[in-house]
Amino acid sequence: MIKDGRRSDGRKFDELRQIKIEAGVLKRADGSAYVEWGGNKVLAAVYGPREARPRHIQNPARAIVKCRYNMAAFSVSDRKRQGPDRRSVEISKITSEALEHVVFTEQFPRASIDVYMEVLQADAGTRCTGLTAASVALADAGIPMKDFVSSCAVGKVDGQIVLDLGKEEDNLGDADLPIAIMPRTKEILLLQMDGHLTIEEFNKAVDMGMNACMEIYEMQKDALRKKYRGD
Amino acid sequence: MIDIEEKHREREIVLPGEFLGENLKPGTGVYNEGKQIYAAVFGVKSVRVNMVNVIPLGGRYIPEINDCLIGMITEIGPSSWLVDINSPYPALLHVTESPWRVDFGEAAKFLNIGDAVLVKVSSVDETKKVQVTMRDMGLRKITGGRLLEMAPSKIPRLIGKGGSMISLIKKSTKCRIFAGQNGRIWLDEGDINTAVTVIKKIEKEAHTFGLTDAISKYLEGK
Amino acid sequence: MLSKIKRDYICQLAADGKRMDGRKFDETREIKIEKGVAKNAEGSTRVKLGDTTVMVGVKMAPGEPYPDTQDSGVLTTAAELIPLASPTFESGPPSPIAIELARVVDRGIRESKTVDFKKLCITQGEKVWVLFLDIHVLDYDGNLFDASSIGALSALTDTVVPANRFELGEDFKLSVEHYPVSCTSVKIGNTIMLDPSLDEETAADARLTVSIDENGDIRAMQKGLNGSFTLDEIKSIINISKIKGDRIRELIK
Repeated sequence: MIKDGRRSDGRKFDELRQIKIEAGVLKRADGSAYVEWGGNKVLAAVYGPREARPRHIQNPARAIVKCRYNMAAFSVSDRKRQGPDRRSVEISKITSEALEHVVFTEQFPRASIDVYMEVLQADAGTRCTGLTAASVALADAGIPMKDFVSSCAVGKVDGQIVLDLGKEEDNLGDADLPIAIMPRTKEILLLQMDGHLTIEEFNKAVDMGMNACMEIYEMQKDALRKKYRGD
Repeated sequence: MIDIEEKHREREIVLPGEFLGENLKPGTGVYNEGKQIYAAVFGVKSVRVNMVNVIPLGGRYIPEINDCLIGMITEIGPSSWLVDINSPYPALLHVTESPWRVDFGEAAKFLNIGDAVLVKVSSVDETKKVQVTMRDMGLRKITGGRLLEMAPSKIPRLIGKGGSMISLIKKSTKCRIFAGQNGRIWLDEGDINTAVTVIKKIEKEAHTFGLTDAISKYLEGK
Repeated sequence: MLSKIKRDYICQLAADGKRMDGRKFDETREIKIEKGVAKNAEGSTRVKLGDTTVMVGVKMAPGEPYPDTQDSGVLTTAAELIPLASPTFESGPPSPIAIELARVVDRGIRESKTVDFKKLCITQGEKVWVLFLDIHVLDYDGNLFDASSIGALSALTDTVVPANRFELGEDFKLSVEHYPVSCTSVKIGNTIMLDPSLDEETAADARLTVSIDENGDIRAMQKGLNGSFTLDEIKSIINISKIKGDRIRELIK
């Protein structure tokens, strides 16, 4: 898959796929964002703060941040049945946790901030795309936050550490490491890994991933500024 | 670091996590870590004297005591009504806080589901449980006219310094206008269509310079 | 829920021959159709009807035929009213609204023989093409029936049968034989209006969806909400649906 220092789609080892971010794309949601990342198409929306329901889940001291990751039936090659599968439930959980860290939840007791990530077209890296979109949607909704959450994945293909795996690389590669950070402090809010990496390879991968997240952070900011200028 | 270009900076758009300055007093829409102050919301940076605020461009209405609001009745209880105030927090209106003498179980005779009311926030506790009252000057059930909604953070712009903007619109259109802190606006009588157009224009251009003059000119032209 | 003030305002406007957004009673909102938006689907479309946004995807796979139609392909339609589309939509199994929507869109396609299912037979009695139509509502601002029906028909015109992937020969374009277009009207007080916005739909007493094909024949109808129509009103709606449907058909083709 790697030939003459280039990957199967022609990218360099540390090159991101093409990314396009648009903020404020939905009418009904309080905040929203649409991201096209390589062949991924993900729509994120935020409703909140709003009354947390059912009432027994309300936290009297702060808001609950609930993220729901979902894939449309037609988003993948083999049609996906309606309803959350185990993978979606797991992704929903870890992305909720990442976003909860940055939101000033104490300002909204008993409320919930609902974040929805809808995958319309999948091409490896949907959770990073979703989280990147969700962060923009939260800012668009006027939710008070410490910082953005910027996310990207790194992997290993043919022994080489490469940035932002494509679908083929994800299927045939040796490691996959999605990561999300708070750009200002570089704190890591999401980290998963599966495959095989030496400690050295891991360090290289994380370094590459965090740098890429900073690039993505610039794009997230641009999307919101652009929306304001067009207002 | 004193901001000498206050007027210029007043309309600067900032994003969450953006560094705003140090050795300033933190106001609303910001947070600090030690002496460093950062924006907490997507909004307009505003520096007044030594205090820095960020006014959000969007965001929901969070009730504060003494705010005057436009609410809508959503539920009727034996001795109270539940009022939707366009907030994550519904408000309770007890029958004793209404202008009428309401017998137990008779609340529906006075206010029904879907009715709009002018109310004032009488209390907000630490879990944001809200109570409102109708027993104050000008508070009542409202009927007829038109209801609009805009982002609550832009209502102060609609009202203007000392009510200057809203008075301008009222005078020119001869409308009765009530702007609730919760982003709901009620208009009645007069040239409502023009008033609505002006209000929508203000919402769109809330954070630009020279808005009062622009609106003045527009109304003169009508 | 609408406030009384808003409801009264809509009714007053209607009595004066007007609508909130200035449209005429027989005028639809702006329609935008974008095909091929989901590359992993066999066919897809994103439709914007005013601010109502719906994405429809077609997925196909070989499967078993129904026992009473051993030589025909199978159509199955599902709708998801995902929570991101409206504060009133909740996660969970399909609500009665989602099920009604899917079934009405399905009938419009099926009864008009939009797709010739006999052409989707692989091996009689054993293997046929199963066509999954998935309606994914992204932004709800009134009139999901029309947005979804337009999306479904358009997605079908965009569909390529993936024979190659299943080693069943060369890919081929799905043949669309008929073009049924659905038009939905609501009754507010005594006024009938086409393509209701969200507020109009919430204020409405009754709703009627009519699906008419390119020959001007009725293929499907559905009345909703708990108000009533007179027969004259229904005939009038059918007439408007026919005229407006023709215009919409040109956008889809």
